[in-house]
Amino acid sequence: METLLILITSLLGVMDAPDVRDNPNDDGSRIIISWQAFAPEMAIDGYEIWRAERENDFEKIAEVNKFEQQYTDSETRNGIPYRYKIIAIANEENVTESEVSAPVKSSQQWFNTGRANVLIGFIVYAAILLYFIYHARRGKNLFIRRLAGLEALEDAVGRATEMGKPILYVPGLSTIDDIATLASLNILSLVAKKTAEYNTTLLVPNRSPVVYVVAREIVKEAYTDAGRPDAFNPDNVYFLTQNQWAYTAAVCGTMVREKPATNLFLGHFWAESLVLAETGAATGAIQIAGTDSVFQLPFFITACDYTLIGEELYAASAYLSKEPLLMGSLKGQDWGKMIVLGILLVASALILLGLPWVLNLFSI
Amino acid sequence: MKKRVPLIICMFLGLAMIVQFFIPHSISAQFYDHTTRWYIAIVGFAWVLGIGSIIDHHTTRIRRKKESWYFSYVTLFGLAAMATLGIGWGIQRGSLFMTFWTYIVLPLGASMYAILAFYMASAAYRAFRARTKEATILLVAAFVVMLGMVPFGYYITPRLPEFAEWLLSVPNTAAKRGIIFGVAFGSVSTALKIILGIERSWLGGGAK
Repeated sequence: METLLILITSLLGVMDAPDVRDNPNDDGSRIIISWQAFAPEMAIDGYEIWRAERENDFEKIAEVNKFEQQYTDSETRNGIPYRYKIIAIANEENVTESEVSAPVKSSQQWFNTGRANVLIGFIVYAAILLYFIYHARRGKNLFIRRLAGLEALEDAVGRATEMGKPILYVPGLSTIDDIATLASLNILSLVAKKTAEYNTTLLVPNRSPVVYVVAREIVKEAYTDAGRPDAFNPDNVYFLTQNQWAYTAAVCGTMVREKPATNLFLGHFWAESLVLAETGAATGAIQIAGTDSVFQLPFFITACDYTLIGEELYAASAYLSKEPLLMGSLKGQDWGKMIVLGILLVASALILLGLPWVLNLFSI
Repeated sequence: MKKRVPLIICMFLGLAMIVQFFIPHSISAQFYDHTTRWYIAIVGFAWVLGIGSIIDHHTTRIRRKKESWYFSYVTLFGLAAMATLGIGWGIQRGSLFMTFWTYIVLPLGASMYAILAFYMASAAYRAFRARTKEATILLVAAFVVMLGMVPFGYYITPRLPEFAEWLLSVPNTAAKRGIIFGVAFGSVSTALKIILGIERSWLGGGAK
C-alpha cells in the first residue's frame, strides 16, 4: 500500500520549492529552509536537504526525519547566493524531489532587533542606577535594611582574633567570569582588610587558577592598604585543585586540622555546599554563607549561622564598605526590581484580558 | 597608575562586550572569539602560577612539619606522577593516565559525593527541630512533600500527592523566582559598578 502511495505521488509530480529566507539578526552565516510535508507522511523515512552555491552543482548538506519541516543551514557565507531543494526519501531511495528554490543570499546585520527589548531594559536600569549613584554622591542619606549576616561579619573576625584561630574564606567553586565570584572577591578585599587590622590569619583555598591569582593580589593589596604588608603570608592564599570533590575534601581537611573560628562560604557553589557547611558546623566554627545558587541556599540556611540569599551577596560589598556611591547603586537596584515587578503585573493582567501579543514584547 | 590602568582596561572591555552582545555582525563575532582566546591564554599562565602554588604550599607544610604534613608527600607525588604520565604517554583512552583517572580519581570523587547522603541526614535533623515558627513551617511542609512523594501518602488521602505537588510548583517556585530576579538584578548592578569603576574592591584595598 505504502509503495503504491509513493508510486502515485511520484507520478503526480514534485514537491513545491522550499521557502528559503535569510536568518535575521546574525553574522550572515545562516539561511532558514522550510517546506511542506510530503503528503503520505507515513510512506517516507525523512528528507534530504540539498544546496547549490552560486551556479555550482547541488550537494547534500543534511538529512532530517519525516516530522521536520524546517532546517537552518548554519554554514553559509555572507553575500553568496544559494539555491536549495528537498528530496523525500524512503528505504534510502528518492521518492520525490522538490522544485529548486530561487537563489537567496544570507546577510549580516549591525543590530540584533530581537534584543531591542533587552537594550531598552538595560538602558532604563542603568539610568536608574546612575540616578541613585548621582544622588548618593550629593550626600543624600539612603536607608539600607539591616543584613544580619553582614552585621555578624565584624564579630566573626573579632571572635577569630580572640581565639587566635584563622578565618577560612572560600570564594566559591566557579570561575572568574561568574559574577558571583567577582562579588565574592569584592567581599574578600574588605574581609582581608579587617583581618590585616586585627592581625588574624586568613586562609583562602581556591579551585580556579585564575581566581587564585586574583584573590592573592586582592589580599596582598588589602594588607598593604591596611598598613600591614609584612603580615601578608602568600602561603595562606593557595590553589588546591580544579576537581570539585578533591577540592571539597581538601577544604574539609583544612577545617578539621586548622579548626578555623570563622568560615565564610561566599560565591557560587554546587553539590559540595552541604559537605562544606556541615563539616564546618561540626568543627564549631561560626559560618556565614552567601550564594546566588537557588538550589544550594537551603543547605546553607540549614547548616550555617547566617546566609546571604541571592542578591544580598552582591549587596555585601556596598553594605560593608558604606561607600555612598555603592549604596546608591543598591537603592537603584531595589527600584529597578520594583519597576520590573510593576511591568510584570501589568503584562500579566493584559495577557489575562486577552492580549497575548504582550508576551512577545518579552521574548528574546 | 597601578590601579588606573586595570580600571581603564576593565571599562573599555566591559563596555565593548556589552555593545558586542547587541551586534551580530561578523566583526563583532570575531571580536568576541578573540577575547575568548585571550581568556584561554590567561588561564594558561594562571595554571603555571597555580601549580607553583601547590608545590610551594605543600613543600612549606613538609618543611615546617605542620599537622598531617606527610599527606603533602602524597599530593606532590600524585601531581608529579600524573603530570609525567600525561605528558610522556598521553591522555588517550587506555593510557596509564586515564587508567589512574578512571580507577582512582573518579571513584574517590564519587565516594565524596556519596557521603552527601549522610550530611543531608544530619542537616535535616538540624533543620527539622521545630524551635522557631519558620522551622515549624519548614518541618510541616517537608513532611507533607515527603509523604506526598511516596505511595503511602496516596493511601492516606489521594489529595496528598496533589497538595505536595502544589507546594512544590506554586509557593516553592514563586520563592525561587523571586530570588532569581534579585540575582539577575544584582548581577547587572555588580557588572555595571565594576565596568564603570564604581566598585573597585576587586583591585584590593578599596578605591584609592
